[in-house]
Amino acid sequence: MAVLINADTKVICQGITGSFGAVHTRGCLHYGTKMVGGVTPGKGGQKDANGLAIFDTVKQAVDETGAEATMIFVPPAFTGDAILEAADAGIRVICAITEGVPVQDMIRVRAVLDEMNISARGADVEPAQDLFTLIGPNCPGVITPGPKTGGDKSAADPYTNNGCKIGIMPGYIHTHISEAKTGKAVGIVSRSGTLTYEAVWQTSNFGLAQSTCIGIGGDPVRGIDHIDCLRLFEDDPETAGILMIGEIGGTDEEAAAAYIKENVTKPVAAFIAGRTAPPGKRMGHAGAIISGGEGTAQSKITALRGAGAVIAETPADMGRAMVEAMGL
Amino acid sequence: MKIHEYQGRDLLASYGVPVPAASVIESIEDAATTYKRVTSEAGTDLAVIKAQVHAGGRGKAGFVKLVRSPEEATEAAKFMLSNKMVSVQTGPDGLEVTKLLVAAGVDIAHEYYLAITTDRATRKNVLIASAEGGVEIEKVAEENPDAIIKTPIHPLIGLQPHQAREVAFRLGFKGKQVGQAVKAMMALSQLFVEKDCSLAEINPLIVTPSTGDAPDGQVLAIDAKFTFDDNATFRHKDIAGLFDPAEENPAELRAQRFGLSYIALDGNIGCLVNGAGLAMATMDTIKHYGGEPANFLDVGGSATEEAVTEAFRIILSDHAVKGIMVNIFGGIMDCAVIAQGIVNAAKEVGFKVPLVVRLEGNNVEAGRAILKEASASLSTLQAAEDLADAGEKVVKAVG
Repeated sequence: MAVLINADTKVICQGITGSFGAVHTRGCLHYGTKMVGGVTPGKGGQKDANGLAIFDTVKQAVDETGAEATMIFVPPAFTGDAILEAADAGIRVICAITEGVPVQDMIRVRAVLDEMNISARGADVEPAQDLFTLIGPNCPGVITPGPKTGGDKSAADPYTNNGCKIGIMPGYIHTHISEAKTGKAVGIVSRSGTLTYEAVWQTSNFGLAQSTCIGIGGDPVRGIDHIDCLRLFEDDPETAGILMIGEIGGTDEEAAAAYIKENVTKPVAAFIAGRTAPPGKRMGHAGAIISGGEGTAQSKITALRGAGAVIAETPADMGRAMVEAMGL
Repeated sequence: MKIHEYQGRDLLASYGVPVPAASVIESIEDAATTYKRVTSEAGTDLAVIKAQVHAGGRGKAGFVKLVRSPEEATEAAKFMLSNKMVSVQTGPDGLEVTKLLVAAGVDIAHEYYLAITTDRATRKNVLIASAEGGVEIEKVAEENPDAIIKTPIHPLIGLQPHQAREVAFRLGFKGKQVGQAVKAMMALSQLFVEKDCSLAEINPLIVTPSTGDAPDGQVLAIDAKFTFDDNATFRHKDIAGLFDPAEENPAELRAQRFGLSYIALDGNIGCLVNGAGLAMATMDTIKHYGGEPANFLDVGGSATEEAVTEAFRIILSDHAVKGIMVNIFGGIMDCAVIAQGIVNAAKEVGFKVPLVVRLEGNNVEAGRAILKEASASLSTLQAAEDLADAGEKVVKAVG
């Protein structure tokens, strides 16, 4: 089990002929992801370097391949449109890797996606199940690790036959539950890319597996947040613990702490980056008004500790904190 | 990205928000004539002279002055253009001032605060208004939060006139003031979205006293502050053109040109990291072991060897730096590129200070091999096992 994606998830890449799109499409193929095609408007009918079909529109790609997930590498100016194109075509998991998307674009995109989800799920369906899940933008993506095969050099000889990587993370640091010494898997959710790799690496070194790792992205307005991921992990039978990585700014971690207190029964460990960051940098005046005294590392740590999470005092301590929370 | 007050005034005026008559000068000689012109247009003898710098604390530093004669205007201009402005926000070295705004003084019956920003929690833009304007809004928020009115703005249809009217009435505007205040709010909201602002602030928005011509007074914007979303300047050439490099830290600017994100800090351990979260976490680690970071530096995901070499140049140009910690967890970033950048920097600038390197992730074996091969030219290099080891080693090496 895992959340959002699994070995059967069929994935396309929007921006497959761009330099990043091409590199990471290959990376995902080598990991073992079921990449089924890509989209670059105007290059429909061609094949990419891996022999994948290229389509002009996401709709065509979905009709031809049955794709359920996408990773978006188009430039920032076109990312908002690419996200909405994917949703219009019925793509379920939309993973926007692109960094530098204007905030106002994301405000509009989120509003449209939220409306699509509300009308798709209907008013009387409980619990609410989102039809479209946006991950990112400005994120490393999402990965459900699979067991190693010994290969990783080509799509024909992939790293795993039973995993799915959608994004830019290094695959080899992740561990499948069948290969974990503890026999337990944790879910990881993080606002930061490389800090997620650090957390994954540490948990792997402690003999833990990862059920699914979700990089939700560092932008102020984005798709799924900590709480969505906590809910997914709480409901996933394979996930035995949750590692949450936040950073200064905003109030998402405080909200997550309140959610954990009410709704999460699984052990939670957390790290908040930016404890030593100087105040005033990157924080606008009016933003500080809205968040009041919240948004500092200390306020987040206090809230999470109050919700029963084990706090990693340093980033080098994330794996150990997870193990402690799980009582291993 | 920030702009100057006079540029903000022009922007507001272009959206139809009235501002008092004003002019920008760059020399002491222009002060007297500009004073005369601005005041005679407005039918007053009062003018205000304000230094045009992004840093706050101008008033306390003596860089905002009320003047009532051409002589006083000249004297104020002389002071501001020949002294560096030192305030809490400029640091001890202060800032050179090259432009002054000379604005007609206006009589004020009441001051208000008006701003729009993005509320991350609700993922909407929000209009913030208060009848307690002219003072620091942070103080109002702390001491009297009920005095602040927050109105969410719909992401797709924008601020609606009925919302602005409600705010205007709650702020206590009366008679013809209401329409003028609503107009200012609607204009600010339109400007905010069209120009991709992250903060648009009018403080104070004022009402002038009742006169024969205008029994309800007139609503005017006295001071304006704008911050723009750096991710969106590509579609606003007009705004991008207002960028003033003189207002930026030279090392931070240099870093930007190479796609690096660098912020100078006060410590003595330089860091080079990929990813903003990991960079913050690396600073946290240094501090945890008793050290002080000299900077925040995120090389990003697609840095070239040249950018990495430049990053080392920037770090080493800070003479307080007594040691460097490199922490790379490659996702997009290729460890071999970082390693080659280190080797190039060693050849070019040389590492006299301890250098602790932790590499993991994408192409790590090649990266480690490059460093091993060049070990002769990297006498101060120590390889670290992991993040904790790197933090411990660099703090120990710096002593």
